[in-house]
Amino acid sequence: MQSPRLLDAGEAALVAEFGTTVDPAIHDRVLALDDALRAAPPEGLRETVPTYRSLMIHYDPLVLDRDDLADRVLALAAQPGKARPGAALWTLPCCYDPVCAEDIGAVAQATGLSVERVAALHAGAEYRVYMYGFAPGFAYLGGLPAELAVSRRATPRPPHPANALIIGGGLAGVGTFPMPTGWYVVGRTPERLYAPHRPEPFPVAVGDTLRFDAIDAATFSALERRAAAGELVARRREAA
Amino acid sequence: MNPRLSILSAGPGVTLQDGGRHGYLRYGITAAGPMDPLAHATAHRALGNALGATAVEVSLGGVEVTAEGGPLGLALAGGEFRVSLDGAPLPPSCALTLHPGSHLVVRPGRAGAWAYLAVAGRFDLEPTLGSTATHTRSGFGGLDGRALRAGDRLTVAEARPGPADPQALVAPWLVRPPEEIRVVLGPQDDFFAEDQIAAFLAGPWTVTTKGDRMACFLDGTPLTHAKGYNIVSDGIAMGAIQVPGEGWPIVLMADRQSTGGYPKIATVIGPDLGRLAQAQGGTRIRFRAVDRAEAVAARRAEAQALAGPVAMEPLIRTDFSAEFLLGRNLIGGVVDGVQVP
Repeated sequence: MQSPRLLDAGEAALVAEFGTTVDPAIHDRVLALDDALRAAPPEGLRETVPTYRSLMIHYDPLVLDRDDLADRVLALAAQPGKARPGAALWTLPCCYDPVCAEDIGAVAQATGLSVERVAALHAGAEYRVYMYGFAPGFAYLGGLPAELAVSRRATPRPPHPANALIIGGGLAGVGTFPMPTGWYVVGRTPERLYAPHRPEPFPVAVGDTLRFDAIDAATFSALERRAAAGELVARRREAA
Repeated sequence: MNPRLSILSAGPGVTLQDGGRHGYLRYGITAAGPMDPLAHATAHRALGNALGATAVEVSLGGVEVTAEGGPLGLALAGGEFRVSLDGAPLPPSCALTLHPGSHLVVRPGRAGAWAYLAVAGRFDLEPTLGSTATHTRSGFGGLDGRALRAGDRLTVAEARPGPADPQALVAPWLVRPPEEIRVVLGPQDDFFAEDQIAAFLAGPWTVTTKGDRMACFLDGTPLTHAKGYNIVSDGIAMGAIQVPGEGWPIVLMADRQSTGGYPKIATVIGPDLGRLAQAQGGTRIRFRAVDRAEAVAARRAEAQALAGPVAMEPLIRTDFSAEFLLGRNLIGGVVDGVQVP
């Protein structure tokens, strides 16, 4: 197996880069290294950040020597990857009604598809959670059908609603916090990927799989009330 | 009832910050925490507090406070702010006891952009994900996830008095000219040709007034990329210097996004983050590339400076006679003390 490139991000972070593209095989190696490091963290390891193609490893250089860390990373990365026991399949309810999907018409126009077809394509796919970034609980997803690969907006739109399903530049995401975005809002889930008052504030782990289950606006309102009260409204199932 | 620190006025960007919200970068949550970690730690060390405790981070907006319900021991450390207690000037880094009815005023001075006001004891706050660090963009931490404003009252638990008379902190490690900032090149320096790395290091760069807790924006001759400026997003460390398409470097600071998609030419070393953060708009800086060993040695020196208590010196008082001062053999120490920024 090819060794990752090791890149220093200052004197307190090391990046193990497995590739430069969005690719499930590359991401599997990122997650395997992340799991292995976290299973037996060397003293001085602070935290790790899995991304599409690399693992950023924050460490205390007064406790953990960079070259010792690098040796450990290379040794772990050379081991054959194990199946991830924690990877789960989630089904998130998602409302594609224009009330929730403010930009679905614009996506339909850009792709030449009907609004119904855009919703069906988005709901019919399986998505991998590649990473969180940008904002708390903002999940970057891979697996968007090629027909929905619209380019980003030329200029960002005003803040999207909380828990919006957004697409742009061939990627999909779940935007938990209202933020201006260069992507398009195609739906909204009542589920919260960041819920600070639940025992598990982040139910979905990087590497998990997401599916969306289309619901109408009335069901959305009902589930939104339950989710706001702290209930987990998504369904979770361990991967086979 | 516990005493309270009462905010009489606060300019924009004054927030509560502890040592940072660590362990959640993988969920898109940035640590926040102090812009100048060394000054934050110095203020706490001067009072005998835990180093990661919560302090008021004073921005260039300045702040005016008083105590309610009892006296409060306070320490202030950071940039060269203009500080006064009931109208009498104090050095920018000092410790004191603030009594109810007294006013402590902290206003921006000729240098420095951040100062830390710590209380002897601890602010009684509800942490979010284990931390009180305010991240205003996410709306959590501190007081309701927002900047402080006039009328806010911060309850202090386990309050202790400070020195009976105001003292100057002897913290020479806070004297850090911002003109030269040390960096470790990378992680994406291979996106720049050699002449562009040289241009980056030659500078000079001017710190703009656009900066905030998220980033420090630099003005100068734009850099060009050797192989485009889009990368598939990866992690961003505090101090990462990203170069977007238009070529002006942006140094990502405490409230940065946790991941990003522009090449990062270099990373400011940990010990120089506060040095850069303290540079006011208009300051000209240069970057100097160092190896990891030098960066780690600088970290070690910083840790040693904070290992023991922070010495204090009485203030120069014009009503002392020369004989008194000579007899106490204090002049040298006093002068050193008040020169601390």
